[in-house]
Amino acid sequence: MSADQPVPAARSFRSLWRLRSYLAPYKGQLLVMGVAALFTVFAELAVPLVSARVIDGPVARGETSGLWALGALAIAFGIGEAVFGFVRRWVQSFCMLDMETQLRNDLYAHLQRLPVAYHDRAQTGQLVTRATSDLTTIRRFLGFGVIFLIVNVMLFAVVTVLLFRLYWPLGLVVALSAIPVVLMTMSFEREYIVASRQCQDLEGDVATVVEESAVGIRIIKALGRRRQIGARFLREARRLRTASLGKVRILAKFWSILDLVPQVLLGVVLLFGALAVSRGDLSLGSLVAFVALVVMLAWPIEAMGWILAIGQESATAADRLYDVFDTEPAVQDTPGARDLAEVRGLLRFEEVSFRFPGSNQNVLSNVDLTIEPGETVALVGATGSGKTALTALVPRLYDVTSGRITIDGVDIRDVTLSSLRRVVATAFEDPTLFSASVRENLALGRIDATDAEIAEAIDIAQAGFVYELPWGLATRIGEQGLSLSGGQRQRLALARAVLGRPRVLVLDDPLSALDVYTEGLVEEALRHVLATTTALVVAHRPSTVLLADRVALLSGGRITAVGTHTELLDTVPAYRQILSAEADFDDDLELPVGASR
Amino acid sequence: MTTAESPWRGVASEDAAEISVAGGVFLRERSRRLLRSLARPHKAALWTVAGAVLLQNAAGMAGPYLIAVGIDDGIPQILAGDGPSTLFIVFGLFMLSAVAQGALRWFFFTRSGYVGQAMLFQLRRRVFNHLQGLSLSFHEKYTSGRVISRLTSDVETIGELLDESLDELVMAVLSIVSIGVILLVLDAPLALVVLLSFPLLLLMFRWFGKNSTLSYRRTRETVALLIVQFAESLGGIRAVQAFRREPRNQEIFEEVADDYKAANRRAWQLIAVFEPGIMLLGNLTIGAVLLYGGYRTISGEIEVGVLVAFLLYLRRFFAPMEDLSVLYNSFQSATAALEKLSGVLEESATVPAPAYPRSLESPQGTVHFDAVRFGYRSDAEAAVVLPRLDLRIPAGQTVALVGATGAGKSTLARLLARFYDPHEGSVTVDGVDVRDLTDADLRRAVVMVTQESFLFSGSVAENIALGSPSASRADIEQAAQAIGAHEFITALPEGYDTDVRKRGGRLSAGQRQLVSFARAFLADPAILILDEATSSLDVPSERLVQRALRTILTDRTALIIAHRLSTVEIADRVLVMSDGRIVEDGAAADLIGGSGAFADLHQAWLDSLV
Ligand SMILES: Nc1ncnc2c1ncn2[C@@H]1O[C@H](COP(=O)(O)OP(=O)(O)OP(=O)(O)O)[C@@H](O)[C@H]1O
Ligand SMILES: Nc1ncnc2c1ncn2[C@@H]1O[C@H](COP(=O)(O)OP(=O)(O)OP(=O)(O)O)[C@@H](O)[C@H]1O
Ligand SMILES: [Mg+2]
Ligand SMILES: [Mg+2]
Repeated sequence: MSADQPVPAARSFRSLWRLRSYLAPYKGQLLVMGVAALFTVFAELAVPLVSARVIDGPVARGETSGLWALGALAIAFGIGEAVFGFVRRWVQSFCMLDMETQLRNDLYAHLQRLPVAYHDRAQTGQLVTRATSDLTTIRRFLGFGVIFLIVNVMLFAVVTVLLFRLYWPLGLVVALSAIPVVLMTMSFEREYIVASRQCQDLEGDVATVVEESAVGIRIIKALGRRRQIGARFLREARRLRTASLGKVRILAKFWSILDLVPQVLLGVVLLFGALAVSRGDLSLGSLVAFVALVVMLAWPIEAMGWILAIGQESATAADRLYDVFDTEPAVQDTPGARDLAEVRGLLRFEEVSFRFPGSNQNVLSNVDLTIEPGETVALVGATGSGKTALTALVPRLYDVTSGRITIDGVDIRDVTLSSLRRVVATAFEDPTLFSASVRENLALGRIDATDAEIAEAIDIAQAGFVYELPWGLATRIGEQGLSLSGGQRQRLALARAVLGRPRVLVLDDPLSALDVYTEGLVEEALRHVLATTTALVVAHRPSTVLLADRVALLSGGRITAVGTHTELLDTVPAYRQILSAEADFDDDLELPVGASR
Repeated sequence: MTTAESPWRGVASEDAAEISVAGGVFLRERSRRLLRSLARPHKAALWTVAGAVLLQNAAGMAGPYLIAVGIDDGIPQILAGDGPSTLFIVFGLFMLSAVAQGALRWFFFTRSGYVGQAMLFQLRRRVFNHLQGLSLSFHEKYTSGRVISRLTSDVETIGELLDESLDELVMAVLSIVSIGVILLVLDAPLALVVLLSFPLLLLMFRWFGKNSTLSYRRTRETVALLIVQFAESLGGIRAVQAFRREPRNQEIFEEVADDYKAANRRAWQLIAVFEPGIMLLGNLTIGAVLLYGGYRTISGEIEVGVLVAFLLYLRRFFAPMEDLSVLYNSFQSATAALEKLSGVLEESATVPAPAYPRSLESPQGTVHFDAVRFGYRSDAEAAVVLPRLDLRIPAGQTVALVGATGAGKSTLARLLARFYDPHEGSVTVDGVDVRDLTDADLRRAVVMVTQESFLFSGSVAENIALGSPSASRADIEQAAQAIGAHEFITALPEGYDTDVRKRGGRLSAGQRQLVSFARAFLADPAILILDEATSSLDVPSERLVQRALRTILTDRTALIIAHRLSTVEIADRVLVMSDGRIVEDGAAADLIGGSGAFADLHQAWLDSLV
């Protein structure tokens, strides 16, 4: 995904070709644009021809009568050229932008469908540049390049036919000149496709560093590491510059040689044409016409260089796009998945094993746990023991590697994602808030939440502070909620989870950032909710554990003990170790302490 | 409805203006200045490039002449039986000029490409550095999405202008001027007909200039909003999926994407009128010259040759006009981007670097807050977080700061770390106002472990090394060992070299905290601020950390913010904060023995331990 990985084998124009379905709705418009482009080119050619007629005709004969007619014709062609130019651009402004926007929306929709495991690895900058510059590149080629590619090839063909009719040996020379052009183009393509892809990937890498340095600005400032992060950015920016210069060099070579072709052609035509004239095979007038026609070829050939370049770029951009589109969402509705209707809330983990995609170590192995309807189970375990991983399995943010999780006896993979996620609500350990209004952050997907429901959720989470924000619930909270205090963020995340009283609640260490009093208040309110809700609560502190009816101890990827808090305290030493209240500061174990000043 | 006023975004005070605006003229002037300053170091190269363009065109001019010689002299010579020598010479010269043109063109492409890339690089670097220097309050309202759009999309737009051949500009100006002169010399009345088109041309350029400025500005703004929504929602994909926000997000995204489309469409439609308009004007002028010139020729006022020349030249006069209109469009688009970028560069840090810094060679760690008053929004009286704070911490003291959530603990810490400056009063370290310290000095003295633990993608070792870039691997491991992170790190598949991925997502929350902690520990500052640095740790790990802290903190000042009062055990002094005020201050034992707020808090905490 990043430029560090080898550039995937060039799929050439296959990805681009796959995009044709996006063009299909605009067939009519594309045709209009093509025809308009053709007319523009021919009108442009017609004006000088008419001028020539004026000079050879009326002016030469010295009569004004024909002048008006021909002059009017020239003006008509001139107006036609402009009108067709206008039509092409105007139509383009509709269909091409529509197509681009459609692609962008589809890309976003697909990305939203891709599972968390994909986003864990995806680099934000790489995705952003796909949605912006890559799409622009594609649109530019499809909306402009392709049309002129066709028009230019047609022009080339028409002129060549004319040349053949004038004097076929020279026409043949011109036609044959297409061979080196094609060969050169092919070798150019091989080189350029690699360079173009590399540049696009590097642009994504630059964007990634930018994103990271903006999101992590607090840490950079807290540690005073502006220089290090700047160096990192410069490294990427330099790589991008080097790669872009490589691209420039390939283009410079290709373009300047390509520009040479019509020149050489002209010289050859002049040489052989003059010889033919002197042998009497060709009239002088024909030679002049011949030269004029070959001059006309110069522009299409030169433009070809530019069109081919953006063609290559859009081909690799399309490759990048299909890298995303071709990633199947690993977590999705199975065929025949049904809706999870009213549930009682019996949540059961059966022989659940889990490893993170791409890792070869099980985080959870053979976890068995049953949570009865309405019961609350606390999940206790050491740092990094897999508690968060376990909670993420319930709303299917990840799928189990083996075993199954059932709700009311139904495997959660057999129900639709949306109905499952309606039943299950989660409060994450990181609050995950967005720069939107408080209300929007609370409701998230539940846009239909009533004011009463929202007020209730706020009450339960003791998040009454939101009413005191400058604009109340309409106040926008900063990116990631960072304009709130840590405890305020956590309470919002909790309120969001309890909103609408879901049947199954998953709370990942929901009170870690609260002071003792607030914690007490929240627990008090939560108790009412938990009384009737099936809940799995990750806990690091005894106070949180007390919310639960039973406790499960997670250790070494397994549930090693289940029971009430007091039972476990009495019978399971490991549990005591992890949760016991006595802070035994007395046994002064010597710790290796470095870096003392 | 535009997205800017959609209710979902919520209200915030900074909505009024993204960047302080003082009129369009000013904006344009500012962006031109930026462009000039970027181009300045490349003056010589640019002139060389322009020279190459001129030479190349001169070589190009030789072509038609050689053809004429070939036809007029070469052919008669052969017909006269004198052999094809002239023809061959002409052919040779023609090839020579073609190759010269090719070589010059190659030179032009590579050189101008080099200059363009150098300018882009410089621009990226300047904007990035400047953004990193701006204060948190700026970043809070600007959002990372905007930062991304400035440094990607906007910079690319400028890149498009630089790609857009400079040769066209040179040639266009040159041919328009020279051909204009030639036309005047050839026949003044006919040239006047051509001149008549000028006011119209000028009007069209003005019309397009004015309108496209507005629409390109809008394009830049909407693309930024698009990127904001895109990046932020994908960054929080867990919440998005778990709470089924996808449809709503899609709706919002499509709305923003539509705004972007509308802005683009407006710009394109302006072009759709402008470019053919210029074309039309040119063609009409040619038509008029044809008619009037034809008439004058017939009536014998001018020679046929003059008319022919006129017509040929006119085409070469208006074609560059069309090139210019295309170029002008790119320029307009780039100017809008430059406006945004120069706006960022213009933004000054609300936490400025001192003009006359005072040095702090070996910081001791005395901290004073003197009558500090602070609120995140300077405008609203109600939003004051710290009304008036006085605090003295002697060097080497470990202070625990406790209090209800939202009391202002983190805020106090941020003032000491100078994330913000107080509105009134001062914060001093060893008697030096933190506003008078250079960033380097300040960060050497004060390091803070923030409440949100954030790791950068890269290896664990790299992340810890951020605390002290010069640290060796042994130092890094030692720091990890000291706070009890070594075990879990070595258990990772690649140990210290394991990539923690973006935001440290490869690690668990507690593991992230341990790494952040090790990082600060390695930094080895005189004053260490720990803001809820152990909140996600299990009890044994927390205990381990606290035990380590006892040793670590013996010779430095520490401010420890924690809701778990176990921290208090290692603190020399406890501060209780409520509503931005310090309501209690004393040694832990004294306070617990008393009957104040802390005694109650401590009791409540003990009760919570069961
Ligand atoms: N995306 C991932 N890929 C691979 N391994 C991961 C990933 N996320 C976490 N891990 C590893 O899996 C283990 C379990 O992580 P998890 O987040 O579930 O721990 P946790 O029990 O929630 O810990 P904490 O109490 O610190 O939150 C950890 O050792 C962690 O390093
Ligand atoms: N960046 C910010 N912009 C605006 N307001 C803020 C910002 N950060 C904090 N606040 C507000 O300032 C007040 C104090 O916040 P602060 O983060 O200092 O609390 P705290 O004592 O650290 O609480 P917690 O224990 O929950 O972390 C809160 O009301 C909070 O909403
Ligand atoms: Mg966790
Ligand atoms: Mg705080």
